[in-house]
Amino acid sequence: MLPYGCRSNDEEHIDVESGNHPEAPLEAAERYRAGVLKYAQMGYWDPQYEPKDTDVLALFRITPQDGVDPVEAAAAVAGESSTATWTVVWTDRLTAADSYRAKAYKVEPVPGSPDQHFAYIAYDLALFEPCSIANLSASIIGNVFGFKPLRALRLEDMRFPAAYVTTFDGPPTGIVVERERLDKFGRPLLGATTKPKLGLSGRNYGRVVYEALKGGLDFTKDDENINSQPFMHWRDRFLFCMEAVNRAAAATGEVKGHYLNVTAGTMEDMYERAELARDLGSVVVMIDLVIGYTAIQSMSKWARRNDMILHLHRAGHGTYTRQKAHGISFRVISKWMRLAGVDHIHAGTVVGKLEGDPNMVQGFYNVLREPHNPIDLQRGLHFEQDWVGLRKVMPVASGGIHAGQMHQLLHYLGDDVVLQFGGGTIGHPMGIQAGATANRVALEAMVLARNEGRDIWNEGPDILAAAARGCRPLEAALDTWGEITFDYTSTDTPDYVPTATPA
Amino acid sequence: MRITQGTFSFLPDLTDDQIRSQIEHCLENGWAVSIEHTDDPHPRNTYWEMFGNPMFDLRDAAGVMVEVDAARTTFPSHYIKVNAFDATRGVESLRLSFIVNRPDPEPGFGLVRQEAEGRSIRYTVHAYAADRPEGERYP
Repeated sequence: MLPYGCRSNDEEHIDVESGNHPEAPLEAAERYRAGVLKYAQMGYWDPQYEPKDTDVLALFRITPQDGVDPVEAAAAVAGESSTATWTVVWTDRLTAADSYRAKAYKVEPVPGSPDQHFAYIAYDLALFEPCSIANLSASIIGNVFGFKPLRALRLEDMRFPAAYVTTFDGPPTGIVVERERLDKFGRPLLGATTKPKLGLSGRNYGRVVYEALKGGLDFTKDDENINSQPFMHWRDRFLFCMEAVNRAAAATGEVKGHYLNVTAGTMEDMYERAELARDLGSVVVMIDLVIGYTAIQSMSKWARRNDMILHLHRAGHGTYTRQKAHGISFRVISKWMRLAGVDHIHAGTVVGKLEGDPNMVQGFYNVLREPHNPIDLQRGLHFEQDWVGLRKVMPVASGGIHAGQMHQLLHYLGDDVVLQFGGGTIGHPMGIQAGATANRVALEAMVLARNEGRDIWNEGPDILAAAARGCRPLEAALDTWGEITFDYTSTDTPDYVPTATPA
Repeated sequence: MRITQGTFSFLPDLTDDQIRSQIEHCLENGWAVSIEHTDDPHPRNTYWEMFGNPMFDLRDAAGVMVEVDAARTTFPSHYIKVNAFDATRGVESLRLSFIVNRPDPEPGFGLVRQEAEGRSIRYTVHAYAADRPEGERYP
């Protein structure tokens, strides 16, 4: 493993299956003699270690370079994400170094991927500042992902102890209070992103908002890159959109909202935009993931102070979540964002145009919505996670979905989700209002049928067809998009599949 | 206009059989069913009048249907809704809420605009029916 010239000549094979490893802990004088040791010898591999209830746990998928022993690679990841540097330093002895070292405690082969291993690593809680995703991520992903002895590295999952979870405020609103504020129960919420996302003037942009909300949607949305461009200053957008929102509320008697994207170049600008949104009576503001973890936590505090729903668009995540061998799983991002405190997060559709294996997406949804996650390997959940009363995040399903998929969406995603039909509303042949109405009627008909005990998975198309007989806009939507599907192979798929066992 | 609050307002008015079926779904889930009515359907009017207490521990939807009929007889021109409450820890809120009676016609809402600083506008959604005293709002 070590290109640096290691004191140990021990090249024995390491039995990963049994967890036996020849690197016994060294006596102190030997351990701290100047020079270079294997990470496992430095104390970052401890197969006897029993993780404490208060430890932060991480699961990495490691792909070592050829000839690099997986256990030493795991120990290196533990070392580089906690206290280690490449050589022995005597200043370790001024600290309780044994307790601050992260410990790789289990390494096992990834099923079906001979060059990859899962490395389980435990971190003492004292390594982390309370209530700071920036600090957490600087440790866990700060240094190790460029480490030369690894060909690839992926952070698959994390477990946070109750003592750490409770340092975070979590979502400023949460699913339950969001529904109570909006007075909307018993069905998924409906949204749409204004299209085209770039180029509309404020006045024309607000027209799309009004039509979609009056037609039956609960929310409309700015896209991730609509901020304050030459064609539309942010103040114009906010003023026209809120006229549209309030007109639609009066026309329907419902609470309506438009996610006003307050993303900007500085926190000062974001606060200024959020304050205008608040002053105009908006129920929701929006930010992009690319603003960074600290900015997200700041906006979460602001949203809490101002009774605002905080919508997060996961702009940029595909650069590091999609490939299975390297990066960060979106389930980890989901956990971080529930801690950081957002109310909505885009988390996949299963059936739409964007990446999303059904099991993986359901794993993300469970992380966001459940009070407690049991281990569920098929959905990629490798740790039990207790959220200790932390509020729930409403997942958002957006990207290439339409009314004809309503039974599948309800089956896969359940009630607590925002279904966003952008093209599927605005591209309707009879107009935007008709597009919105088609989606709302399809949704309500499907929820009604499900509650009546009907098998919507199989009868879904019949239920939609029956509803369309009384609703021309739905009929037109089904004629236009009914056959559109996006069947491509997912890249981020489960490692574990259930095997049939004889009863 | 047609107020579209509630879970099923975009569908044709539910028949009694459909209402009973939804109530059965609620009871199977262990949710408490309640009935509320109002003649002020402003979207932020959270507290409609309770038509009796929430019905806990019911097993048969027929009992709820009796109350739905009684509410309709007593307040034929009010908005009446059926709510289902889930006391599960972490929810402790409504799981379903749908309108089962509405006045005809529905006068709807106007939008009152107050011009404020800059180009800002303060908006008020105003129910036309609320111009008249409580109890006299619908014919």
